[in-house]
Formats: sequence, structure tokens, C-alpha cells
Amino acid sequence: MIKKVASVELPVDEVLTIKKRRIAPEGKTKGLKRISVVTGIHGDELEGQYVCYELGKRIEEEINNLTGIVDIYPAMNPLGIDSITRGIPAFDLDMNRLFPGNIDGNMTEYLAAEIIKDVSRSDLVVDIHASNIFLTEIPQIRINELHEDVLVPFAEKSNVDFVWIHGASTVLESTFAYSLNSTGTPCLVVEMGVGMRITKEYGDQLVDGIFSLMKELGIWQGKTKKPRKPIISKDPEDVWYLNAAACGLFVQKVKHWEKLKKGDLIGQIINPLSGKVLEDVISPVDGILFTIREYPIVDEGSLVGRLLRKEAYEK
Amino acid sequence: MKTRVIYELKGLYRDDLRVTGYEFGKGKKSICIVGTMRGNEVQQLYCCSLLVKKFKQLEADGRIAKGHKILIIPSCNPYSINIQKRFWPIDNTDINRMFPGYDLGETTQRIADGVFKEIMDYEYGIQFTSFYMPGEFMPHIRMMDEGYSKVETALKFEMPYVVVRKVRPYDTATLNYNWQVWETQAFSFYTTSTTTIDRSSAGQSVLSVMKFLSSLGIIKYNHSESGKESVVVYDTDMISVQTAKSGIFEPLVKVGDSVKEGTPLANIVHPYDGEILETLFAPSDARVFFMHNDPLTYANTSVVKLV
Repeated sequence: MIKKVASVELPVDEVLTIKKRRIAPEGKTKGLKRISVVTGIHGDELEGQYVCYELGKRIEEEINNLTGIVDIYPAMNPLGIDSITRGIPAFDLDMNRLFPGNIDGNMTEYLAAEIIKDVSRSDLVVDIHASNIFLTEIPQIRINELHEDVLVPFAEKSNVDFVWIHGASTVLESTFAYSLNSTGTPCLVVEMGVGMRITKEYGDQLVDGIFSLMKELGIWQGKTKKPRKPIISKDPEDVWYLNAAACGLFVQKVKHWEKLKKGDLIGQIINPLSGKVLEDVISPVDGILFTIREYPIVDEGSLVGRLLRKEAYEK
Repeated sequence: MKTRVIYELKGLYRDDLRVTGYEFGKGKKSICIVGTMRGNEVQQLYCCSLLVKKFKQLEADGRIAKGHKILIIPSCNPYSINIQKRFWPIDNTDINRMFPGYDLGETTQRIADGVFKEIMDYEYGIQFTSFYMPGEFMPHIRMMDEGYSKVETALKFEMPYVVVRKVRPYDTATLNYNWQVWETQAFSFYTTSTTTIDRSSAGQSVLSVMKFLSSLGIIKYNHSESGKESVVVYDTDMISVQTAKSGIFEPLVKVGDSVKEGTPLANIVHPYDGEILETLFAPSDARVFFMHNDPLTYANTSVVKLV
């Protein structure tokens, strides 16, 4: 069943509607557990689109095993998705800095508030992101340390490769996930793949994870795959940020999620005009590369990768 | 006057990015004025250019008091201005959401860091900035309700209004907020416009900065007393008039107008048949402080703010 979450009229002959698909067992649904799968807050992140489709398809194939409610919200920012725009077009605002919104506020705040109202009180929310157009991420869950106790047990069942528990930041208090987690609705933030693309392998992996979570919550009675055991990192010193020291074209020399030795060549920043190598990007420690630059043009400071040091996964 | 490159970033095919500062006077770091951070803040750039010109005159005339250094940075982001893009060319990040910056971080964090290291220890800071929604303002000084800046200092600008706004989570990464963390009294200066030049409002901002510095004894500047004290307004006390309909926006009053309760403020017109879908009325006697200025508007949008 397709339901309207929120809508506003646009200036010229168009209504902006945020929709969700509700899949539920036949009969009464009162008292059933609910999982909400949300994506498309950033219009240039499309990995979650495939997950929404595949999840719905696989549930339909075994609908008799469904014993709870699955709400699928594929497009929180429909105008952004339809115009390859990360933020909300016309406002140039990052939608993920508007939560919890304001029901009496402007259009963007109003939409944010309606979304929060609709998603709140889910037993679990999975908010799927796809990094951005610049970086590719291994399937991972990011957790604010303030909500670690509630979320880590869920994250361990979600079939991702990596769980990154990061420090609290005031700026992040305006995110969708923070707004939910701080008001008692647990929300996992998934980052995987890259902007503007679909990585089917990652999508399938996460769908398996969502079934595993549904099973855990008592929403799914069918068979599920045993979730892979993720690396869990909480120590800020586990993660090494590799920022470009020069502007140029980044050419990758290793594979994503590859284990590296200190001193290994990760990539080079080259200048196509002069023909010179401007920087050899070298692994600073033994570790595994969980983020890698996708968009090759870099400014000085652009992130070209993130490395998880060996001690984090060999604990 | 001393011209100095405050921060520089190498370009690949473009010229290097240079953040240029103009220094006047010698001595303690008294006041820093920062202009555009976003590529569409043309009015803010223009205001700073007028200030640089004015300070050249003041310095030549010996009217900058001894022991005070003044720094003006007209633009922290020439790259975006030159391609008419509001945010950073590659990753669309906002430099004014990157403070205090990080020298080993991403590009705009590095720019913020490079600039902030130069300006963090001034006694007073003024930033010419813009609102995220399209519209015209009554010129005013804006400051945060929690922090190091004082309302009585803001009054020294002698602007018609001082707006005190509640701090929100995203403010913690702005220049204004971080200046205050490092004990600079920081004020944001809003003139009427952003993407177009309003000479009159720019002139008013120069005069206001002159009055401010004169009252602090940093410059010698004779000006007539307006005799009017700024009205201090809290953003939570402003009356927002919201649209219920989307359509063509037809303003019926101007920024600065006094309106009586019931005065029609704007019409929302159907984009195809010209029928008036909605008329917005003043809910009380007030003055128009902000007015949306895009030809179209969305529903649920605060298009008029009254004080």
C-alpha cells in the first residue's frame, strides 16, 4: 500500500509528495512491530533505491513469513533525486540539517517535521546513505557515541562490514538519525557505495542484513542469512584520514577494502598538464582501506581515503 | 595600508585561490571585518570594498588612533564568486559552516582554518553575511543570544535594529560563533541585499562601521548624532507571515514600511490564470523587516517578517 507522508503544492501545477510503501500482514496490524527503511535524504545518493526495491520484492515473495510492519520510504527528497541535487533544490539546503523540523515552519522544515512524525515510534529505523559522489564506502554503520548502547546490538545484526562509533558533535544534532535517536526511536545510519550509482552487491548485502534485523525484531519468520561479524571501532585513533596534499587528478593504485602495509602506495595525485606526479599517497600504518576516492579531481585537502588501522580489527 | 595574502590554495587549472587582507594601522588587533564567504554575496563584497577605500583615506589623514590594527578581508572565496556559485566549487560545502577549521582536514576546513588563525584574536569582529532565503532585509546587526558579544556594543553601530537570535546547532560551525568562543565580540552585518548591489544600503553600512569604530576610539570620525537608539529585537519575537499557497509572489508593501493591522502585505497569484489564491495580511501594527523577493514562492514559507 502506498501512503502519503507529507505534501506541499509547488508554485506551478505540481504537488510535491513524500510517499511510503507499507507492507504488512493481512488483518489487524495494531501492536505489531515496525521497521522503517528510509533513504534519499540526499538526492545524489541512490544506493538505497535498489535496497528499497529488493527488500519489497523479497518480502512479497514470502509474504506469509511477515509478522510485522515494514515501511519503505525511498525518497525523502524527491526534488533532489529527480534533479541530481544533493540538497533541496531551490533552497540549496542540506535536508539532513533540518531535523526535527517545525510543523509551523517553512516548507522544508514542515516536510522534515511530518517525516519525523510518521517515522517516530518505529521499533527500528534504517537510514540508508551512499556517501557522496566523491567517495566510495564499504557497507558500514555510523553511530553517535551517545546512542551506542541501544544501537550497537542492532548494528551487529545488520550484515555490514564495519561499525564506526564516532564522537558527538553539536552540528550533527540536526540530522534525521539524531532527532530520532534522541527521542527514543532507534535509527541506524548506513553508509555504503558511492553517490549517483548503484552497487548491487552492497545492496544485496544490506537487504540480507535488514531481513536479519526483521527476524531479530520478530517481524520476519522466514529464513535469513547469518549476518557477517562487523569490525567495530570506537577509538578515534583507529581511523586515519588521508587528505590530498596537492590538487590534481587522483589515480587509485589499490583496491577498496584491501589490507595494506605501512608504506604501501594507495594512489598518486598527478598533474595531466605538466605530466608530473604531485604526491604519492602512502599508507601511514598497517590497516584496511574502508573509504576510497571515486571522483578523481582533488583540491588540496580533499579526502582521498580513510584507513582503519590493523589494531582495530585484530583486537 | 598593507596588502597581504592571508591564505593561499594551489589551483589545478585555475589560478591559485588567494584570500587577501588589507591591514590598516599598527598595534593591538582591534577589529577585523570579513566579507564574502559565499559566491553570491556581491553586496557584501561591495561593502568591504567601500570600507577598504574609506580606511585608506582615514589612514592617509592620520585618523586611525595609535595602537590599533584593523584588518579587512573582502572575500574568503573568490573561486565561487568568479563562477557565480554560492558554495565551494567542487564539493558544494559552505566555508561558513567549517569554523574553526582544521589544517589537516578537507579543503574548506583548511580555508576556514587558514583564515581563522589570522583573525581569531581580534577584539571585535564584523562579518558581512547573507540569509539563506531570498529576500530583502531592513539593514541590521545580528548577534547570538549566548556568547561573548554584548548588546550594548552592538548598539554602537547605531543601526535601526539589532537582532538577537537564538543559537541553533548548525551555528556552532560559523565564523560568528567561533569568534566568540575565542573571546572576540562578533557581529553579523546584514544590509538589504545579497546578489545585487544596493548603494544606499552599502553606504549606510560604511557609515555605521565608522560610528562603531569612532565610539570605540579606534578612529577619529565626525558624524552627526542620529539621536535614535537601535531597536533590539529577539528573533523569537518577530512575526512571521507564512504562505498557505504556492504561486507567483506579488509584494504589496516594501521593507521598512509601517503597516496597520489588516494591511494587505502580498498576494499569491495563480501562475496560469492570474487569480489571487491568497492575500497575506498584517496581523498587527508593525514594520516590515524582511520581504521575500523571488518571483515565485512555495507554500508554508515565511515570506514576510514584521517587527
